[in-house]
Amino acid sequence: MRARPVAGILLRQFYLIRGSPVRALPMFAWVAIDIVVWGFITRYLNSMSDGRFNYVPSLLGAVLLWDFFTRIMQGVSTAFLEDVWSKNFLNLFATPLTTPQYIMGLVITSIGTSAVGLAVMLALASSVFGLSFFSLGLMLIPFLLVLFSFGIALGILASALVLRLGPASEWLIWPMPALLSPFVGVFYPLSTLPQWMQAVARVLPPSYVFQGMRTLLAGQALPPGDLLVGAALAVLDNLLAGYFFTRVFRYALRTGLLARYSAESVS
Amino acid sequence: MHARATANTSGRGALPSRPALRADIVPAMQAPPDPRRASESRAASNPADADVVLSVADLYKRYGETAAVDRVSFEVRRREVVGLLGPNGAGKTTTINMILGVLSPTTGRIHIAGIDLQRHRAAALAQANFSAVYAALPGNLTVEQNLRFFGLVYSVARLGERVEALLESFDLLRLRNTKCGLLSSGEQTRVALAKAMLNRPRLLLLDEPTASLDPSAAQTIRARIREFAVAGDCGILWTSHNMYEVEAVCDRVLFLSRGKILLEGDPRRLPAQHGAATLEELFIRLAREPLGDPVEHLG
Repeated sequence: MRARPVAGILLRQFYLIRGSPVRALPMFAWVAIDIVVWGFITRYLNSMSDGRFNYVPSLLGAVLLWDFFTRIMQGVSTAFLEDVWSKNFLNLFATPLTTPQYIMGLVITSIGTSAVGLAVMLALASSVFGLSFFSLGLMLIPFLLVLFSFGIALGILASALVLRLGPASEWLIWPMPALLSPFVGVFYPLSTLPQWMQAVARVLPPSYVFQGMRTLLAGQALPPGDLLVGAALAVLDNLLAGYFFTRVFRYALRTGLLARYSAESVS
Repeated sequence: MHARATANTSGRGALPSRPALRADIVPAMQAPPDPRRASESRAASNPADADVVLSVADLYKRYGETAAVDRVSFEVRRREVVGLLGPNGAGKTTTINMILGVLSPTTGRIHIAGIDLQRHRAAALAQANFSAVYAALPGNLTVEQNLRFFGLVYSVARLGERVEALLESFDLLRLRNTKCGLLSSGEQTRVALAKAMLNRPRLLLLDEPTASLDPSAAQTIRARIREFAVAGDCGILWTSHNMYEVEAVCDRVLFLSRGKILLEGDPRRLPAQHGAATLEELFIRLAREPLGDPVEHLG
């Protein structure tokens, strides 16, 4: 894959973020607010439980991981939406840029923007509310990788949906993480869910991360196969999302949707 | 592929004396073959010909039951400016979108600088660029940022130098840090043209490039584009509704109506050859004729 077109996508996103506080602020503002709100909730719950249970790692840790996943997904889809908002499809796709190069550019952009959010969340949660991820040990890394991978897949899927359904479908993609959250058990064990919801949870990679996190925090050993299943599902989801985006892109080429998207130009 | 009737490789002076009439539309009126034409037809059938920067063969696009572009064939040679004319809805922009790779043809082939667009999309599009009045560059980037962004996407060598040269050439130096969305329409046109020349394209597609310019600015821009075509190895496909501009700039024109090419020839000679006083009058008559045998109606 040629690097310069990918660098072009990155440079554009860098210019946009550098020149616009309204783009830079959401990279860390909302996640910081989330950490503060949940930080005080955990303090309150800790005071109510008389020290019998520490809610900080299980609740605040879950919020941090969930927000990281959400930022990854939105990092991809927002970078894509920049081209929707500026009606740039015709200019962009009439170039030698390939679909994998474009997606790669979106993904690297998302890595950069969500890394900022993660750093802010970690700093705030550890310094103000005493969250220590040392309790998760090295398992934090695979947890983050699975969430990162699934976030990328969901971001690509969301972008494909907007490409297929048009700019007005933007509102559909923002609530996607919220739609998934009841199924993946961010704050509660999957056994709490009814059977049909547990069945859905089993095909969602974040379920394995949050279940694993609670298992480790309870001082139990994590079944090694569980996280592997989550990782395999995340990889599979990425392949499916890439395939779906490519199919939608070809459909857009065939029907004139891509040209019409910005130019309203199909005769 | 339909025979291309004119092959001007040296500017406006070397055009044949007769107009080229499309064999599929008016077979009875087609000029008799001669050795020169036969030679040109062979060249036209070979997209690998180094002089051919755009070869369009039997291009067909259907939406439902409607043929938006109906088996169109033509080519553009280097240093040649070809006008693609036609009324609204004739299929000009559909044709251009297919050449730009943002719309797949139902059938037919497109070669850019000898490279098959369908098979080698990225390599073919690296040889082309475009400017269209309806495809403004992102308004939230400055002029220089847009040129650097698209320069990387086109993998332009020595990008910094190229951007500086284009900023100077299109009188954009004082606007380099201005966001494109804040520019006047004339300034935006100049930026779009600078973007279109970033990669020194072999094929330049210009869809009404001077539509938003005042006559003085339009004349300057026309001259600059013409210089670019003549000085380099570039061929240009140009759409416009300004017949004065077409006569001034184009070596050859293709009249497109309801997806078909009806006429092809020298814009300065075609009107007289078809009993019209001006190119504009010929355009209006062609646009209003029924499709059955429009050229025959022209006399």
